[in-house]
Amino acid sequence: MSRGVAITGMGIISAIGNNVEENYESLLEGKTGISRVSKIKTIHRDDIMVGEISFTNQELEHQLGLSSDNNYSRAALLGSIAAKQAIVNAGISNINKYKTGLISSNSVGGMDMTEAHFYDYFKNEAIQKYINGHHSGDSSQKIAEQLGLEKSFVTTISTACSSSANAIMLGARLIKSGQLDRVIVGGVDCLTKFTINGFKSLMILSDTFNSPFDEDRKGLNLGEAAAFLVLESDKVLQAKNKPVLGYVKGYANTNDAYHQTASSDNGDGATLAMEKALKVAQLSSKDITYINAHGTATINNDLSEGRAILRVFGNDVPLFSSTKTYTGHTLAAAGAIEAVYSILALQNNIVFPNLNFKTQMKEFNITPQLELKEKELQTVMSNSFGFGGNCSTVIFSKKQ
Amino acid sequence: MKTVYINSIGSISSQKTFDNSEFLDDIISYEDNVISVVNPSYRDYISPGDSRRMSKGIKMGIVASKIALNDAGLETVDAIIIGTGMGLLKGFEKFLKALLDNNEQFLTPTSFIQSTHNTIGGQIALGLKCKGYNFTYVHDSISFESAMLDAKLMLENNEANVVLVGGVDEIGDYTAELHKLIHHIKTEKVHSTKLLKSQTKGVVYSEGANFFVLSNERQNTSYALIEAIKTYNTLGNININKVVSEFLKENNLDIETIDIVVLGNNGDITHDYFYNDLSAGIFNSTQQVYYKHLCGEFNTASSFGVWLASNILKTQKLPEAIKLNTIEASKYKTILLYNQYRGENHSLTLLHKC
Repeated sequence: MSRGVAITGMGIISAIGNNVEENYESLLEGKTGISRVSKIKTIHRDDIMVGEISFTNQELEHQLGLSSDNNYSRAALLGSIAAKQAIVNAGISNINKYKTGLISSNSVGGMDMTEAHFYDYFKNEAIQKYINGHHSGDSSQKIAEQLGLEKSFVTTISTACSSSANAIMLGARLIKSGQLDRVIVGGVDCLTKFTINGFKSLMILSDTFNSPFDEDRKGLNLGEAAAFLVLESDKVLQAKNKPVLGYVKGYANTNDAYHQTASSDNGDGATLAMEKALKVAQLSSKDITYINAHGTATINNDLSEGRAILRVFGNDVPLFSSTKTYTGHTLAAAGAIEAVYSILALQNNIVFPNLNFKTQMKEFNITPQLELKEKELQTVMSNSFGFGGNCSTVIFSKKQ
Repeated sequence: MKTVYINSIGSISSQKTFDNSEFLDDIISYEDNVISVVNPSYRDYISPGDSRRMSKGIKMGIVASKIALNDAGLETVDAIIIGTGMGLLKGFEKFLKALLDNNEQFLTPTSFIQSTHNTIGGQIALGLKCKGYNFTYVHDSISFESAMLDAKLMLENNEANVVLVGGVDEIGDYTAELHKLIHHIKTEKVHSTKLLKSQTKGVVYSEGANFFVLSNERQNTSYALIEAIKTYNTLGNININKVVSEFLKENNLDIETIDIVVLGNNGDITHDYFYNDLSAGIFNSTQQVYYKHLCGEFNTASSFGVWLASNILKTQKLPEAIKLNTIEASKYKTILLYNQYRGENHSLTLLHKC
């Protein structure tokens, strides 16, 4: 397990842009994608804010050139768009040339179609094509098909809000161990009534713009997004001599083992994840120059994560910010879109600001980065934490 | 690279499998299209209060994992990796129905929380106070194989020494009705012994939980060692015989070294040809075994296959009821398992006697 893991391609679609360039522009301009929900009919419309992708399903189907009898859920559509961008970005023409895999992730699979048609399936034969699209593996199979992957390792991870960080982690381990030469990793989730109401019933949705690490934070904004990264082995790089965007240097997944939906007050799981990831990367906490925090803006997460950061970094906390102020919390996709943002930060030596911050939290004295800042970055840490006590940290570096 | 052993097992299935001192001593037959499990006494493992709150899938997962941990004499593990194809359907159905029926009002979070795919892994970690690696795979009929593959990777590379791996799926009544509508579940009842002769579309649907403690350290009580696992999203136009031959070659084996092939036939006339092609093809002189007439079909039913093969290798016994042909192997040393669902997500698992 000593081989390098290079990132050679990225693709993304989110509330702040339909590709990598648009996302980067929005981050530079401090332009948020948070608004009132427009595509989903919900009685909570005026009580919540979301990060919606502007394209309709029809527009996405058209972009993918799908026939009208397709049975793609929105997750399958968004995932296909982002994964295809990543392949183009990595300059891959023959996907089956090397031992290539796909590791996707999502939290609710084809729930958008299920909730739209749930009671109508018995009456209307035309919509029955969506029944088997409910399970989480369906969108991954479709993304693989869109990429032309055959006879390959294709799987799906679902660990709530840390899902796609875990997809990156598994991909890196498969490359390091030599089991795969190339793997496309990432995740996708679309907005659904199911998730809106689920988080609403947990009373952790903000009625205004989310403000991570702010004393008066009111909860999270849900968002939809998809992002994929292409990871390649030294073997492929030597053969192809292609540009490398960054490296997956360290990673770790731990469990808080505290509560099904809440994080422990002192962030035990988060602390362990950050420490273990540093160990895998063979780095010390001083080597981290920026943390893209999980920072959902719930009372519980930001306190727990902030304390964990203090436990790991002591008096030397690096610059940190949460980009969920731009995109909302995109659940299973969060780890992957924030991986893209971490790579953009590394490539451009820029720390993206944490929007909407007004008041310092009283439990500790660390403050997120509030202005766009140019700074030479070597390594970026990205945190993703989820229900079920799931805690993930991935470390990206400029150099191997 | 270290060798990976199956050190213990724990199973809840449509057969009485929760008692590890037995190995399919009394076969239960069904005549139905959706079958449930033979329940252990959940109260022996979970407090009544917790038991009331937990859905079936969570309970099955917790108890099967405890049976496996007890079997290995362990209090906890380094990592927990779960496979579940459909996830916790009962919680999902309950929350979605409440949402639709009451126009998004009066909702409580319990069933939402219990619909999250990684709840089983999270609850097991909570019970064991296990702060280690905790993953959940949700990829159709290779959910369990993905979990096993991940564990194998960990153990071979010394990232962990003891890993709990499990496959769990629970029946959702409404989802089952929907799958009958599209003939993925048979619309007629079928007798267990006549499953492969049904000549109809769809499967006899079920649920279950099969857990294993995997380790890179062998115990005297170990069941088997895992030589290889490989999954394929699709096969394109390539014949399954060729795929299996290639797999054996990659592992430096030939057909003759396979003593028993365990096939995932589920009686679905539209997709059983993959198994039939192998039965009549490269394995026509090999002892063949099937099991879905015993445990039904569900996305992680192949974990029952691994439970079965582990028991054959350890006990060196092979129950009459699982024989698919009349060929008798001279020894039970190397077992190959093949599974697929609806022509996608194929898996090959190679187990060897310890």
